[in-house]
Amino acid sequence: MTTVLNVSGVNKRFGGLQALDNVNLKVEEGQTLAIIGPNGAGKSTLLNVCIGRITPDTGSVEFHGEILTGKHPYEINQAGVARVFQTPEIFTELNLLENVMIPALSKRDGTYHFNIIARMKEEKQIQAEALHFLEDFGLEEQRFSDAGSLSRGDKRRLELAMCLVQHPKLLLLDEPTAGMSRLDTNSTIELLKKIKERGMTKIIIEHDMQVVFSLADKIVVLAQGAIIAEGTPDEVKNNPKVQEAYLGDEHA
Amino acid sequence: MDAIFLQILNGLDKGGAYALIALGLTLVFGTLGVVNFAHGAVFMLGAFCAVTTQHLLTFSKKVKDEGITFFDAYKEVPYLEIWWGETGSFIIDYKVPFSILLAVPVMLLIGLAMERGLIRFFYNRPHADQILVTFGLAIVIQEIVKSIYGANPIPVPAPEIVSGSANIGILLGLGDSVVYPWWRLIYLANALVVIAAVFSFLKFTTYGMVVRAGMQDRETVGLLGINIQHRFTVVFGLASIVVGIAGAMYTPILSPDYHMGMDFLVLSFVVVVVGGMGSLEGAVLAGFMLGVLQSFAAMNEVKAVFPGIDQIIVYLVAVIILLTRPRGLMGRKGVMED
Amino acid sequence: MDTVSRKGELRLMLIFSAAVLLMPVWLSPFGAAYPDLLQKFAIFGIFAVGFNILFGLTGYLSFGHAVFLGVGSYAAVWSFKLFTMNVIPAVIFGVIFSGIFAALIGFVSLRRSGIYFSILTLAFAQMSYNLAYSVLTPITNGETGLQLRLHDLRMIDALFIEAGEGLPLTNLFGIKMSGYPGFYFCAVLLIIGFYLALRVKNSPFGLALKAIKSNQTRMGYTGFNSRPYMLSAFMISGMYAGLAGALLAVTDPLAGAERMQWTASGEVVLMTILGGAGTLIGPLLGAGLIKYFENIFSSYDDSLLHQAFSYLPDAMNDVVVGMISPFVGDGWHLTLGALFMVIIIFLPGGIVGGITHLWQRLVKKNQEPTEMEGKQQ
Ligand SMILES: Nc1ncnc2c1ncn2[C@@H]1O[C@H](COP(=O)(O)OP(=O)(O)OP(=O)(O)O)[C@@H](O)[C@H]1O
Ligand SMILES: [Mg+2]
Repeated sequence: MTTVLNVSGVNKRFGGLQALDNVNLKVEEGQTLAIIGPNGAGKSTLLNVCIGRITPDTGSVEFHGEILTGKHPYEINQAGVARVFQTPEIFTELNLLENVMIPALSKRDGTYHFNIIARMKEEKQIQAEALHFLEDFGLEEQRFSDAGSLSRGDKRRLELAMCLVQHPKLLLLDEPTAGMSRLDTNSTIELLKKIKERGMTKIIIEHDMQVVFSLADKIVVLAQGAIIAEGTPDEVKNNPKVQEAYLGDEHA
Repeated sequence: MDAIFLQILNGLDKGGAYALIALGLTLVFGTLGVVNFAHGAVFMLGAFCAVTTQHLLTFSKKVKDEGITFFDAYKEVPYLEIWWGETGSFIIDYKVPFSILLAVPVMLLIGLAMERGLIRFFYNRPHADQILVTFGLAIVIQEIVKSIYGANPIPVPAPEIVSGSANIGILLGLGDSVVYPWWRLIYLANALVVIAAVFSFLKFTTYGMVVRAGMQDRETVGLLGINIQHRFTVVFGLASIVVGIAGAMYTPILSPDYHMGMDFLVLSFVVVVVGGMGSLEGAVLAGFMLGVLQSFAAMNEVKAVFPGIDQIIVYLVAVIILLTRPRGLMGRKGVMED
Repeated sequence: MDTVSRKGELRLMLIFSAAVLLMPVWLSPFGAAYPDLLQKFAIFGIFAVGFNILFGLTGYLSFGHAVFLGVGSYAAVWSFKLFTMNVIPAVIFGVIFSGIFAALIGFVSLRRSGIYFSILTLAFAQMSYNLAYSVLTPITNGETGLQLRLHDLRMIDALFIEAGEGLPLTNLFGIKMSGYPGFYFCAVLLIIGFYLALRVKNSPFGLALKAIKSNQTRMGYTGFNSRPYMLSAFMISGMYAGLAGALLAVTDPLAGAERMQWTASGEVVLMTILGGAGTLIGPLLGAGLIKYFENIFSSYDDSLLHQAFSYLPDAMNDVVVGMISPFVGDGWHLTLGALFMVIIIFLPGGIVGGITHLWQRLVKKNQEPTEMEGKQQ
């Protein structure tokens, strides 16, 4: 098995707060890793380090053997890492089709592409692919409305579509079901399962344990910036330390 | 050595004006989150308070000139002199200091009117909109002043007694080549007093403390049940007074005309950015710093090496600071960074 | 992107070209069909269309675009002085030099966004303006402004034509560039500029610019490097400004530093937002309206006003004239400032935005309300 992501010895302080405390983490190809932990544990911060939003004080992140730390976010994305944010980051003033076309164009245009005269055949294909993804997510009817007018659940779905259209090698999901109705949550779980069947490597942060246990191959528990437990879902479920730190009230 | 000392002094009075304007800008920006391009126009209005005072005090009547006996000659004599004689002349002579008595209430009113009438509708609009609407307001104010007072600069001299220069060289034992206009010294002192007053208001009064807390975190203070809106209105008035005094007192140094505000505004924005958006200390520090730098750049020795440097020094510093320290000298994190 | 078909674009361009070229006809009922004013419409139209590529598409508000206008003018006048009175090289030089300036200023200014960007551009504009008045006098001729002289070199012209009496005129291979020919020259360039702006807007490149405006963070995490995109947009709009500046010199061969003043930068901002930033037609409309009203308003004075309202009884006449006169003549700037405020307060989308909004409201009424959810729950 190949290691997709290798986080080693990452530390990050915000003023007096140790947000990440010597975090070591490996994600194997095709694996779905779930990160759980109480609010403020540093979960989002860890993803921020992976995608280059934050540079760690010490330590490094390797992706398929390539060091990511210190690279620009766009380079990291071009290397194959895509992320769904905790609060959806979409192009609210653009319509859904454009929202999905932009990530689809990024392989060709990301670094720089200037052509205002010729209309290329590949652009037609890209548009078709974007439409296809919108259909997959049941959003094709709204393809010409502004993304800002979507409901919160639909915004999350759109953002997921925007990530998937890039065919990333690693997908990072920060609470993809937060704020969704039970119904939407279930359909998202189904969707993520389908992605998993296709063998996509994922890291998912989630508070909803139903989601975690139905998707994760491996769980990492973060508390106050440090990893306090890791293992298969069953191992973690039965770990007393974890129950104390986090699961306590839900499994009592 | 003397020359350097003199240049520093020269820079400080201009720096004082920059600091005062920038202080007002920052107060408004820090509390209300509004980028006010009309601030320079308010400075200009302050200066025209002094002009108006001069007009009012020297309201005159034609009287027969007794000094000329061959024929009937008339001269204009201000009513004040007719009524009160010597006292009247004294008051007229001291018009600039007296103009502050007019400037404070007038500027307060103008400030309150601006905030209630216009600015408050722009709290939640994009900064570009704030810039544009206040830019429009600045043009309107400036044109109104122009249509009342004309386009030419109007001299407003300082009181007779301080119209000369202070021989600070001798006072400080530096030799008598260091002379410096009294009024500029007074302006510097005035700037320092106003700055100190603003800071003590913010630091030592409960009212000021709430305002400062509001600058840090508006929502929380609002949640505490304190009517922060009301206080911000007052802050806007305060900022207008500060910049109004800065303008009124500056008139003997620079005869005011209708577009002096624009000239100062661009510089003051640069000052604010160099000091760090939202930092009052930074605004003051950067104001004096840029004033002094500007006066050094104006020295012939410097100009010989870098021709034209005096024209661009302030902007050059701003560019360098913005590129190397995006938050300015003392800026807080996260202010207008999106 | 590509939601506009090639046919649709063609149709738009045909209508647009016809409208521009026929301006002398359909503007005559408005009393605006004389060459000087028509030239201004076209030139400032180009300026505003270019400015909109930066401000309208990317949302970056430059307060220093007049610099490029000035650079374009200076470059064009120098081309007249050194090489030839033919306008083609002048226009090309204007565009190239403003492009170089835009590259330099943009490279630095674009390191910051939001208000910091605005202030950086403003700082550069003030620097250029101050320098043009002082140490750059050998190039700019300071306060007098750069003008043609009888004894200018005109190297290329000297090879072909005998120097005549008096100052030579700008020309396009012999066609004099004053009056209507000058207007048609500007108009053709406006049409070309408009077409390119249209293509920018509808191309993947333009989509990237709009995405940067909408959410620059997402753009980065989507694999786009915003920097070169922004710099291109900045340079393109700077070159439009340079073209406009060169055309100002073509129609009237002199250049002064006041063209670079920041109030001039403010004017193009106003044109763009008055018409509607981000729309294609808006900036043109704004430029046209402002130049039109500037022309009318500043030509009025009190006696003309008294005449215009002579049908009113004398007392009324005085009152009305008294109320209007501060806004006309020298007071035109007052009107401009007030207009600025009114537009931003009541019509943030500009005229085109307002009309679109109204249109949508009317259409929506007829349909059943669609699922419109608030932006945040
Ligand atoms: N840019 C930042 N500057 C300062 N502090 C930060 C920053 N980002 C995060 N923090 C702090 O670091 C800690 C960890 O934050 P993080 O967002 O990673 O938590 P989390 O585990 O994702 O929590 P949640 O479940 O609420 O999303 C928090 O206390 C947060 O306030
Ligand atoms: Mg989080």
